Amino acid sequence: MNYFLRKLSFYAVALWAALTLNFAIPRLLPGNPVDILLAKLQQRGETVTPETRKAYALLLGGDTDDPLWIQYWDYLRNLAKGDLGVSVSYYPAKVSDVILTSLPWTVVLVGVATVIAAVLGVALGAIVGWKPGTWLDSLVPSTTLLAAVPYFWLALILVYLLARVLGWFPLQGGYDVVLTPGWNGEFIASAIQYGFLPALTIVLASIGGWLLGMRNMMVSTLSEDYILTAEAKGLSPRKILRSYASRNAVLPSVAGFAISLGFVVSGSVITEQVFSYPGIGGRLLGAVTNNDYALMQGVFLFITLAVLGANLLVDLLYGIIDPRTRARA
Amino acid sequence: MTNLKPANTTPVAAAPARSGWRSLLPTMTPWLAIGLILVAGISLFGLLGPLLVGDPRQIRDQGLTPPSADFWLGTTQTGQDVLAQLAFATRGSLQIGLLVGVLATVLSAFFGIYGAYRGKFLDDAFSLFTNVFLVIPGLPLVIVISGFVPRESRGLWTIAVVLAVTGWAASARVLHAQTLSVRQRDYVAASQVSGEKPWRVIVVEILPNLLPVIASQFVFAVIAAILGEAGLSYIGLGASNSATLGTMLFYAQNGFALSLGAWWWFVPPGLMIALFGTGLSLVNFSIDEVINPKLKNLRQHRRRARRALRLERDLARTAAKETDR
Repeated sequence: MNYFLRKLSFYAVALWAALTLNFAIPRLLPGNPVDILLAKLQQRGETVTPETRKAYALLLGGDTDDPLWIQYWDYLRNLAKGDLGVSVSYYPAKVSDVILTSLPWTVVLVGVATVIAAVLGVALGAIVGWKPGTWLDSLVPSTTLLAAVPYFWLALILVYLLARVLGWFPLQGGYDVVLTPGWNGEFIASAIQYGFLPALTIVLASIGGWLLGMRNMMVSTLSEDYILTAEAKGLSPRKILRSYASRNAVLPSVAGFAISLGFVVSGSVITEQVFSYPGIGGRLLGAVTNNDYALMQGVFLFITLAVLGANLLVDLLYGIIDPRTRARA
Repeated sequence: MTNLKPANTTPVAAAPARSGWRSLLPTMTPWLAIGLILVAGISLFGLLGPLLVGDPRQIRDQGLTPPSADFWLGTTQTGQDVLAQLAFATRGSLQIGLLVGVLATVLSAFFGIYGAYRGKFLDDAFSLFTNVFLVIPGLPLVIVISGFVPRESRGLWTIAVVLAVTGWAASARVLHAQTLSVRQRDYVAASQVSGEKPWRVIVVEILPNLLPVIASQFVFAVIAAILGEAGLSYIGLGASNSATLGTMLFYAQNGFALSLGAWWWFVPPGLMIALFGTGLSLVNFSIDEVINPKLKNLRQHRRRARRALRLERDLARTAAKETDR
């Protein structure tokens, strides 16, 4: 099968698996989420009609008499219509609306921070691995300290030092609340100022992994025959580093993007909590503390969707930069 | 005369055996030494610390005092001894890290090694399963699962199982790749042809060759588990009435340690996690050299090159002295 087709079908399977997990989790675990949710709705002065009850029961399982496969089918059909239910904690907003207002914050923050960390880490790793044995190279193991630091704790330390003691950055939030969100210079400048510390946290915590992986691959690549050939041909070291060694050594880093992204997304969910960032991670945690199950499921689906999309993009990119993937298929 | 024989033969037989095992053990480097000291020190602190400190829950009327002779790491808002809490929390975090590490390694070994060994359809199915778990983001899934489980039934084992189930996929892929290469070797084929049972081929022929890889994956799993549990506890979704480094940070955050400037409350727990993780990673660094001999050769070549350079310089110096004379 074609490489691209194979990748597409794999992500289709992964998406289906995520949807099914989302369906199965509330049904397999103890507790009765539908009752808790409806009780919350009633507290807000809503009359609970049988239709509302059925809609939530479809999402979360519970007291319908329909067999499981009919529930499953209805659940998928509701999702296809984009109907994720109504959020209890942001009542009466729809879950999809709550998510769509917070998703851009996270996508931009995590996206920008991941790209910066990956580019910086790979470049530094290539330089360090190119001349193994220098004093710079012997410092590489110390980057493991950065990789072992919990994201949210690093965030706490940065907030304490840079925001509270030195006062360079705002303590928390996503933008200056006196401004109204929009595409104007003032608002974007404020968003960058507020987003700097969260982004710095993600970059610092994830750069070590990129650097280390690239450095190790670089060392392995340097002993390949084609590097020796390139040297024997009299190519300049700079050209060998850029066109021969780095290009081959970077492939595993690109292929391992899925694992790195998983770590970054997991870390940023909790980091957002530290900064009270208006992103999707904060919504997820808010939903958990408020027993807002519909929002919880919706957020999980969207995070998964975003991660799958990013991975698909990188896999397609990989197919372009490494011709072997296409030849083998 | 017969009793002399073993004395003669053993050294000859033992020498290659020892060097065989020695190649499985990492070489001692300064970084490995630092790693081992960190891991051993923190493990000892977690094991013995709780026996030496006072009651971590005891409330006193001296809240938020900075480190002093009485309380080496100061006190919390309600006057609890931070050092005592740290000792118990370290024990809790190590416990869950070890538990999840073992569970996740067993899962990844099953899906990675067994799948790769059997090949064909089973391998494809297992690989697909592994890759799907790999791309579904772990912590959001853990948060959703913990959110659905009622607080009172959220015990240590629940959290451990959830963390293990969401954290095994990356190691399974590594083990899978390694098993594929080991499986191709002649002695594995020989033992299969001679009619050994599949489990015996896996355990006796394949597993010993994978030991360094499994060890390194286990170390990774422990780090990931301690980090994951800390994150989960920090947002209040950890095991109920457990004391880990994450719960300490949770209480510090809720006690406004940050805005009150009580650094002695929130710095030590995170630092403990970071140092333990660093120690384990440094140990892993050395295990990597066993798995990928190119990294090790590099270090040895470098040392030899440095020695040669020094010798050359000495020679040149003596030669220069000779000509001076």
